[in-house]
Amino acid sequence: MNGAGWAEIVITIGVTLGLAWPLGAYLARVWQGQRTWLDPVLKPVERLVYGGCGVKADSSQGWSGYAASFLAFSAASFVVLYLILRFQDLLPLNPQGFAGLSPDLAFNTAVSFVTNTNWQSYVPEQVVSTFSQMAGLTSHNFLSAAAGIAIAAVMARAFAANRAEGLGNFWVDLTRICLYVLLPFSLVIAIAYVALGEPQSLLAHVKATTVEGAHQTLALYPTASQEAIKQFGTNGGGIFNANSAHPFENPNAWTNFIEIVSMNVLGYACVVAFGRIVLARREARALVVVMALFVFGASAAIYAAETQAAPALVAAHADTGVNMEGKEVRFGAPSTAVWTAATTGASDGGVNAMHDSFMPLGGGVALFMIQLGEILPGGVGSGLYGMVVIALIAVFVAGLMVGRTPEYLGKKVEAREIKYAMLAVLILPLAILGFTSAAAVLPAALKGLANPGAHGLSEILYAYSSATGNNGSAFAGLSANTPWWNTTLGIAMLLGRFAYVIPVLAIAGSLAAKPKLGATAGTFPTDGGLFVGLLIGVILVMGGLQFFPALALGPIVEHFQVLQTLAAR
Amino acid sequence: MLAQVRAAVVSTLFFTLLLGIGYPLLVTGIGQLAFPAQAGGSLVRNAAGQVIGSRLIAQNFSRPEYLHPRPSAAGSDGYDAAGSSGSNLGPLNPDLTKRVKASADQLRQGGATRIAADAVTTSGSGLDPDISPLNARQQAARIARTRGVAVAQVERLIAERTLPPVLGVMGQPSVNVLETNLALDAAFRPGQPAAR
Repeated sequence: MNGAGWAEIVITIGVTLGLAWPLGAYLARVWQGQRTWLDPVLKPVERLVYGGCGVKADSSQGWSGYAASFLAFSAASFVVLYLILRFQDLLPLNPQGFAGLSPDLAFNTAVSFVTNTNWQSYVPEQVVSTFSQMAGLTSHNFLSAAAGIAIAAVMARAFAANRAEGLGNFWVDLTRICLYVLLPFSLVIAIAYVALGEPQSLLAHVKATTVEGAHQTLALYPTASQEAIKQFGTNGGGIFNANSAHPFENPNAWTNFIEIVSMNVLGYACVVAFGRIVLARREARALVVVMALFVFGASAAIYAAETQAAPALVAAHADTGVNMEGKEVRFGAPSTAVWTAATTGASDGGVNAMHDSFMPLGGGVALFMIQLGEILPGGVGSGLYGMVVIALIAVFVAGLMVGRTPEYLGKKVEAREIKYAMLAVLILPLAILGFTSAAAVLPAALKGLANPGAHGLSEILYAYSSATGNNGSAFAGLSANTPWWNTTLGIAMLLGRFAYVIPVLAIAGSLAAKPKLGATAGTFPTDGGLFVGLLIGVILVMGGLQFFPALALGPIVEHFQVLQTLAAR
Repeated sequence: MLAQVRAAVVSTLFFTLLLGIGYPLLVTGIGQLAFPAQAGGSLVRNAAGQVIGSRLIAQNFSRPEYLHPRPSAAGSDGYDAAGSSGSNLGPLNPDLTKRVKASADQLRQGGATRIAADAVTTSGSGLDPDISPLNARQQAARIARTRGVAVAQVERLIAERTLPPVLGVMGQPSVNVLETNLALDAAFRPGQPAAR
């Protein structure tokens, strides 16, 4: 560890936070349907979509109507994406001549991109055609992100409302978020990526004869355009198998910096926008502080873990400064650490190094960040509504301690909301631990493992945590392209997205209908250090209590095995 | 209900066209016009105009007069630019220890006195185009001997081609293997056949 490394971590997180404020202010305008400077260009397009969809721009839906639209849209995108992938051999722009994906792989991939997980069981450059990358995957990077952000807008309206029914219109939210937020920023970022070295080509392959006379086939794609929304929408699905460790997806320290900033900035901006709409800027700031503290803490822990002596390097009497297995020279330990904290805290799932080859605690921290619920700062939109759910539980806990009906941001929190909140958060342990324990005893599942011992259990646990948390990163040694893994991971992704969102929308509906109360002397303050501490405690206790036993059998026991191996030398 | 279905189908199809076809094609157009070299994959060509690789993608070098890249786990025998992959071996995997030891032994036989971590580990992509400055310096003596020049000359060329971290803090110093090897050929007797 050195000063430059720490400076890189602090600057990266600091710039992300700094940009989140103006972006959040802009996002709040988009959520509220206010004018933006893009109106002259985009307003006609917006009207065109509403006309085609048969939607009135000023109509508002109740929570169940909104949920129905959300589900209908997700179902339609699933079907379209499934068909594109399944039948890519019949579609244009398949210069690679790839066959259609198998039914279980097409199911897994379509679920994965519709739920904003972007888990990938396949090697993209050997399976997915150029058309599928563009029309299938790139577009769903936008749409699943926009759908998540729409739910966050609903949460903001629910807290701002006073005895209201309507929570906004899903189709309007979806359209405005795509057109005014995701598309223009992605366009600018994508062009910057091309300038910095990422390919943007419709050619499939370039054949090269190397200096020493070997033949090399260079796979190309419209990389930059997908990379931009992959990170800005916290999708994380790689254009290439190696994801952002691949030099075409992430050629240098500049692209690496922009990719980290863009994968967290919109998550924080959702919280800022929420604070502006609910008129609770200080409370929103407290949530941002909690999120950023976790990202910094995880970065520091991974930086420390990955600069420990790796057993293989010790055995070979090589330099042991950094565990370089699975890492790129241009990034080294600090860039990798801050990226990994950002991607696992944010449900992004893109990686710039292979988590499977991390030191046990480095990989363990990544796994734990996912298990904390993808709220730090979380996926775009999903981080905000996930954090609000945890905040409701935190004020409920505080209310139990002092014996008062808890309130959050002027809304009484009662049994109904807490029941829905618990319903949502219990999905995580149910899907993660349930599927992991099944897979740990099934030969069909165990065939996919790449590593023996405790590390193998970590691979299973990571896979289901990643799928349920809609993260999408992996301990990638796991060979997941089999019917068992494709199907069960697909189900875990569906549970993690929809079994979470529906109770969240129900909470929003219930809160919106309540009167907005003013703060009194008896109100528990939710903008100060006490609440920040309480929230951190609730996040850690929920994650820790639920998952600690499983973590103890995976990364933690492996850590002690490393210590034992090193001591034996 | 029917209204929901209509909205879902129309919006999915509209946005697939706009975001899945319009947007990538627009970026492709702008990229190919404004930054054709990068958009095309940062290809490197020889004097005859043939593509010999990409400056961003590792290719194998095994002759003694060249810098050697990091070991690669991409594809069945490494450096497969259409099959990027790390080894995904866990830190305690015996296969990893065996492989790293074998690589280190080979480097020592080639004259390396210090073994850089990146010289014996596979990268995340298997296509890491760079090596660390330490790794490059450890190869300078072999290159100088094969090319019949002073070690200091090779070391100077490596130092000139070492990229520092951005703004002094972002990323790590690195040496691009392909570009440095082409510079070696340009500076010291290009096209010399391998020793023995």
